Amino acid sequence: MTEALLELRGIGFAHEGHAPVLRDVTLEVLESELVLVSGPTGVGKSTLLGVVGGQVPRFSGGVLSGSVLVDGRDVTLRPPRERAADIGYVGQDPARGFVTDTVEEELAYGMEQLGLDPTTMRRRVEETLDLLGIADLRDRDLRTLSGGQQQRAAIGAVLTMHPRLLVLDEPTSALDPTAAEEVLATLTRLVADVGTSVLVAEHRLERVVPFADAMWLLPGGGTVLAGSPRDLLATSPVVPPLVALGRELGWTPLPLSVREARRHAREVALGPAAQPLPASPSEPVLSARGVTVVHDDQVAVREVDLTLPAGTVTALMGRNGSGKSSLLWALQGSGGRASGSVSVGGADPVSASAAVRRGLVALLPQEADDLLYLETVAEELDAADEGRGTGRPMLDRLVPGVPDDAHPRDLSEGQRLGVALAVVLAGDPPAVLLDEPTRGLDYGAKAALATVLRELADDGRAVLVSTHDVEFVVQVADRPGDTVAVLAEGELIAHGPVADVVAQSPAFAPQVHKVLGAPWLRVGDVVRAVEVAGAAGSAGSAGSAGSGSGV
Amino acid sequence: MIGGAARLPRDLHPVAWWVWALGLAAAASSTTNPFSLLVLAGVAVQVALTRRSDQPWGASLRLYLWLGVFIVMMRVVSRVLLGGAFPGGRVLVGLPEIPLPDIAAGIVLLGPVTSDAVLAGLYDGLRLATIVVCVGAANSLANPKRLLRSVPPALYEVGTALVVAVTVLPQLADSVRRVHAAQGLRAGARGRTGRLRRLLVPVLEDALDRSLSMAAGMDARGYGRAGAQTPAQRRRTGALMLAGLCGLVVGTYAVLDTTAPRLLALPMLAVGTLLAAVALRSAGRRVERSRYRPDRWRWPELAVAGSGLVVAFCGWWVNQHDLVRAYPALDIVPAIDLWMLVGGVVAWVGGLCAPDQRRRVRRRSVVAGPVPAGREWEVAS
Repeated sequence: MTEALLELRGIGFAHEGHAPVLRDVTLEVLESELVLVSGPTGVGKSTLLGVVGGQVPRFSGGVLSGSVLVDGRDVTLRPPRERAADIGYVGQDPARGFVTDTVEEELAYGMEQLGLDPTTMRRRVEETLDLLGIADLRDRDLRTLSGGQQQRAAIGAVLTMHPRLLVLDEPTSALDPTAAEEVLATLTRLVADVGTSVLVAEHRLERVVPFADAMWLLPGGGTVLAGSPRDLLATSPVVPPLVALGRELGWTPLPLSVREARRHAREVALGPAAQPLPASPSEPVLSARGVTVVHDDQVAVREVDLTLPAGTVTALMGRNGSGKSSLLWALQGSGGRASGSVSVGGADPVSASAAVRRGLVALLPQEADDLLYLETVAEELDAADEGRGTGRPMLDRLVPGVPDDAHPRDLSEGQRLGVALAVVLAGDPPAVLLDEPTRGLDYGAKAALATVLRELADDGRAVLVSTHDVEFVVQVADRPGDTVAVLAEGELIAHGPVADVVAQSPAFAPQVHKVLGAPWLRVGDVVRAVEVAGAAGSAGSAGSAGSGSGV
Repeated sequence: MIGGAARLPRDLHPVAWWVWALGLAAAASSTTNPFSLLVLAGVAVQVALTRRSDQPWGASLRLYLWLGVFIVMMRVVSRVLLGGAFPGGRVLVGLPEIPLPDIAAGIVLLGPVTSDAVLAGLYDGLRLATIVVCVGAANSLANPKRLLRSVPPALYEVGTALVVAVTVLPQLADSVRRVHAAQGLRAGARGRTGRLRRLLVPVLEDALDRSLSMAAGMDARGYGRAGAQTPAQRRRTGALMLAGLCGLVVGTYAVLDTTAPRLLALPMLAVGTLLAAVALRSAGRRVERSRYRPDRWRWPELAVAGSGLVVAFCGWWVNQHDLVRAYPALDIVPAIDLWMLVGGVVAWVGGLCAPDQRRRVRRRSVVAGPVPAGREWEVAS
């Protein structure tokens, strides 16, 4: 039997006076294995990774029991800095963990701490630059890199210490799909070529599942289930759309990649897709003409025309740095614009005072925490609705059951987002803009957010939401009249119904579409169509467990 | 070509640049002769322009030049405003004196503007401006952060703390800007304290989060690994360091204050330096840390630092032996100071001994393309 690289024995963790986050967890990671850690938000994925890296309980507080073994040595009591040579830990936001200025210095920093000799350091830096494909970035300022490049530099910075195990806490949560692919490709290359073991927590399972050797599932309640991804995903509370589709249609073995699913899809008999109703034209709430935003000498947004009709959701997509945030702030009015016009019910938000502007357009910024400054939820709502009492009912509609006396920072990710949204909606504006609200949300929270936005639109508001997550887009923009707009280098390159825009782009297409082709976008639609086909009594080949093709 | 490999494009040791620039600044501080000062400032600017780096801080020289101009103007204007204090010289403009209440006795507002007042302000301002420009030149020639990296290993922790502080400042400014914009999106307290709270609470929370993740990041990368030193050794190092610093402080004071007993002056300074050096060595020995691509000390470094010391010596010499030229009278055209001129030329030549900085942003292809005249060594050696 091969010796485990990392062993967790009877790990328990709890904050004083709270229910335990982890309860008697015993797990192991083998050499050269990619282990995926999954589970709903807030069940303790980060805690578990922190226990491995040593950040928990050192930086988090709380009581840890049990022991952590690396190569059979007990490291439970050793601080992260003494584990650095064995375990490389990369946090969620790489930009916050950088210590030096340039990529090259950052790669060398860890080795300097280990006291390696200069020749070895130089050699390892060059090797790592090549391994991660960032050799041409070596002299670049870390803060000027794109998100994917930053994340790769952060991975490189721990790799130079030649750790046996790499621990990553949601490395792609802030990245656009292409940058996320880059990072995940890097990880699989490390496992395959270098033999490093990787332990990675990730929300968007669809990207990692095909490469994972093993999976740890945290269903909540402090337990951790370990097993092969295929077995665990059959019952997991959080699954990518592909697996959800396979589960609904009873495909065995459960497909983990689009390629596997396509093999099953050939045997599926689908009824006709529900014909989309023609969109009933509605009044535009916000209309922008030729909006241009210039930062210093860079054109962030170039002559964008955009109309947001009442009762619709518009999704705004585009890679990091394509000008999505600049466009949202310009539409809201406080971002300023170089030229063009914006009209909300005949008024231009730029020339309005901040208070009037809040009654025209609501904007939920990317860092929603920046909005909150008071001690309790009730105080926040009071301050936001200025005593009119409209805040609380709004919050109850968005996220029911948030206690009045809770501190906003103690709430879950989804609840805090709800409070922030209620705060900016207090002036009851007709247009609602959201800047990447899906960061760090799990599938359940995203579905809840999609419902909330749908309801806001059904009240007659116009909703514009920027996101990287195409699965969220097909969920939220599911009515006739809803559209997707795609920005690239500040220009609007596509704008139209969801089915048309996402189907045109191989990178942006949702998984269901990749498997079944047009016009299918959502699991629910497919399931309904299969039922229709079954009820029509046509050939009953749909759910048969026929194909036993080994992989 | 001249100098061989040591003069290929590379970054000069930052300490060499700072010694050079501080030497120029020291020379400038020991004279008010406008010609000497212009020579010194000119040398600093010329060398900085030819040898500065293309990284962001390389462009900071312009900022310091403007600051210098501003300083000179402020000095002259303040002399004119409070001109009555300078009765000598020709009257240039006969402004009326504004009477002030008795509380402000001794201060004269306006009054006739004399040539002495203007010149005194000009010389004085020029001296301060030259010092500022010298520091600016050092700043654009050598990254202050790289300077911090070259501190002795024993002071590594202090150096790192300073580097982090320098890095965090722009992030804090960014955070303030972001929170300010976000708070405009919601209604809330409008009073002065309320508004302050709306800004401060999210900014501080963000700063705290950032520092925690940065600390965690540094910890995960092995920062602060314990060495093999025992507590007794640590205590001895600490005591040595403390005694050394006390010696340095007392010695410096005694050197500057001529009425203090001479025994406290140079001997004390020497003992303090020795103790501090021993403490640094003892502390450095426990450090199991190494440096990536350390800056090497080669002959151009020696030339640059040495020329800085020479110009500082010239300044001191003039200050001691030629007061008439060092501090020229206001009613005659100042004489050109030969010593300072020589010092300036030495500093200029020394500064140009430094190799070109490594170009980072636009990497020139070395093999292909024509080689600019006089740069043959880039390919040849």
